[in-house]
Amino acid sequence: MVFDLAFIWAGLIAFAILTYVVLDGFDLGLGILFPFAETHKDRDVMMNSVAPVWDGNETWLVLGGGGLFAVFPLAYAVVMPALYMPILIMLLALVFRGVSFEYRWKTTRWRGVWDIAFFGGSTIAALCQGIALGAMVQGIEIEGRAYAGGWFDWLTPFSVLTGFAVVVGYALLGATWLIYKTEGPLQQRMQGYAKRLGIATLVLIGLVSLLTPFQDSVYFDRWFALPGALWSVVMPAVMLALTFLFFTGLRDHKDLQPFLSALGFFVAGFVGIGISFYPHMVPPDLTIWEAAAPDSSLAFALVGAVVLIPLILGYTAYAYWVFRGKIDPDEGYH
Amino acid sequence: MFDGASAELLARFQFAFTVSFHIIFPAFSIGLASYLAVLNGAWLWTKDRTYLNLFNYWKKIFAVAFGMGVVSGIVMSYQFGTNWSVFSDKTGPILGPLMAYEVLSAFFLEAGFLGIMLFGRERVGDKLHMFATALVAFGTLMSATWILSVNSWMQTPAGYSIAENGQFVPEDWWSIVFNPSFPYRLVHMVLAAYLTTAFVVGGVAAMHLLRERMNAEARRMFSMAMWMAVIVTPIQIFAGDLHGLNTLEHQPQKVMAMEGHFDSHPDGAPLILFGIPNEAEKRIDYAIEIPKLSSLILKHDLNAPLPGLDTIPDDEEPPVAIVFFSFRVMIAVGFAMLAVGLWSAWARFRGQLYHSPWLHRTVMIMGPSGFVAVLAGWITTEVGRQPFTVYNLLRTSDSLAPIDAPAVAASLIAFIVVYFFVFGAGTYYILRMMNKRPSNDPKLGLREGPNRAAGITPIQQVSAGSATSPGE
Repeated sequence: MVFDLAFIWAGLIAFAILTYVVLDGFDLGLGILFPFAETHKDRDVMMNSVAPVWDGNETWLVLGGGGLFAVFPLAYAVVMPALYMPILIMLLALVFRGVSFEYRWKTTRWRGVWDIAFFGGSTIAALCQGIALGAMVQGIEIEGRAYAGGWFDWLTPFSVLTGFAVVVGYALLGATWLIYKTEGPLQQRMQGYAKRLGIATLVLIGLVSLLTPFQDSVYFDRWFALPGALWSVVMPAVMLALTFLFFTGLRDHKDLQPFLSALGFFVAGFVGIGISFYPHMVPPDLTIWEAAAPDSSLAFALVGAVVLIPLILGYTAYAYWVFRGKIDPDEGYH
Repeated sequence: MFDGASAELLARFQFAFTVSFHIIFPAFSIGLASYLAVLNGAWLWTKDRTYLNLFNYWKKIFAVAFGMGVVSGIVMSYQFGTNWSVFSDKTGPILGPLMAYEVLSAFFLEAGFLGIMLFGRERVGDKLHMFATALVAFGTLMSATWILSVNSWMQTPAGYSIAENGQFVPEDWWSIVFNPSFPYRLVHMVLAAYLTTAFVVGGVAAMHLLRERMNAEARRMFSMAMWMAVIVTPIQIFAGDLHGLNTLEHQPQKVMAMEGHFDSHPDGAPLILFGIPNEAEKRIDYAIEIPKLSSLILKHDLNAPLPGLDTIPDDEEPPVAIVFFSFRVMIAVGFAMLAVGLWSAWARFRGQLYHSPWLHRTVMIMGPSGFVAVLAGWITTEVGRQPFTVYNLLRTSDSLAPIDAPAVAASLIAFIVVYFFVFGAGTYYILRMMNKRPSNDPKLGLREGPNRAAGITPIQQVSAGSATSPGE
């Protein structure tokens, strides 16, 4: 393990993507749950629970893309064409999801249309993100400095499974977020969903973990050689503890505990993916160091990241704090 | 639909289409964010409710425009990779960090404080709310700064070397960021955004003045917009002239195309006011020209020689007709803005600013003129640097991702359908909000009264909305 600029940046990009998943995961999740709300009022509350912060949450996705372009331009140049369809469909889905936050309040006649756009956009975006993840795990064929595979290489049973897993997982995040932010019948409803979604998420995480080594035998070696083997030992224990916290939190009607445990599932899964990939940026051929921009680029961008990312985390936390507490159904944000 | 078109042409059209849609929203929201900060500051300073009412009026419009800007912008940040992967690989070490700075210093700032600006006045108090509003405005300007630095570097690259693997490698970040065309482009674009917003605000105000001459809010914003028009338009014309001279120095082909100079003029070039470029015959048909004036404008000397496109190899020439026409559209709109600004100053001087229906009608029609000028200006500068993505160093045809034409055609059609649908709806909602009365005195019977600003519940809003616009 070499602790140099490229390594630090790989960590920062991973951090940006994880932060995106953590923050936008529940935004997209409550979109996925939109049709399962009982009343317009419930949907109003669901949307308002993230209305002041979703914009910032989505910006981490821009940092993931822009950051990749900045510090691993070759990885960016290879992955984007390889995932052309899922990426563009995700972007279009995010267009629908994003504008629904505003449009939904501007019309009564078309509110149903924007409800569907919000649900569809959220679900398809989540699905595409999961498919993109699965396609990355399968590996991307490179020749020279360009993608060399076909146009539907990303579409396999495995990537569809990861896509489905992310949809279910995000829905779990959305449900537990709403447990945290709401009260009364809506909260009870979400407690019921969260239990079922929690079980489904755990089953899917298990399935994906079982199938991952079969995508590339290298993954298998990494999991059973040091230092990855350490995590192989720790991971089941961590998952077990998180599972316990999740279900006891639900059982005892804790507000925050189910949400944090569900986020824990994602963090643990993300660490697992990191161990599978390292030292590759784009499996199976492109390492972090091969993909990295020259040091002068990495250093220049790092100065900004070191100063600005803590600031961003600070004022993001502040925004959450300003809009803390349960959502008041009578306070509109539009 | 696009049978026979090459993957390159389709990818170019897709980029042009998505970026053209995208630029409309920032052009408006950069100016509107600053305007909102001014309105909120004026409200806190004077405690004149007219300012607060205007702030709340434009705030809602800003939220929708900003949302559309965000979602169309995310597309841009991925499209470099999906469709221009070779370009991304080669320029990433230089342009990537600049864009990362844009995300870190601008996007997060805007998004982080937008919620507080829109919904947080009661929760954080006036001072912090003002701070958040100012930060959103500052964020939009930071964003413009970085992205225009990126664009300018592609037009006038500096501070780089080229590595063995073909990548542009940074040598001097100061010269990269402050590359030769950047200061001019930045000033020209930010002023354009301000003027665009001024004319939108002025147009909306004029519409309400035509309906209701005494409306205090309409009067206030009309007056503010017309001050902007009369002060900023001359500055913008001056800045545009400097930008043009800078282009002449660094990208002469572009200026030749703008001027329509197919031929060199050794002793003073004419200014071609209008004509129809004939690219096959390499001449301007039906040209109306003023002798030697182009040399006077560009070289400050009637008899200065000006080389034409005949000095440029054919495969390095930009498409002349598009550049020639779009440039003229931009100039025409600019001078129309100047005329309106002067007219309003005259009306103001005579005390007739709010009593000149013809001025109001004209300004109302000019409401969207800023968008036309911005798009025309961007077409001029972007088409004018063709056939290169990085001027003289990387050809557009060598920048392309290895995506087949059918895949690009499919995504292009998807973009066209989705954008027209989504942004068409957004534009409709914005127009409908603009159609509402800007003041909230109880004349209309709005039950919320002056505290409507405090945030109303959606249910109430729906009932209020349907009460005021039964035709919906």
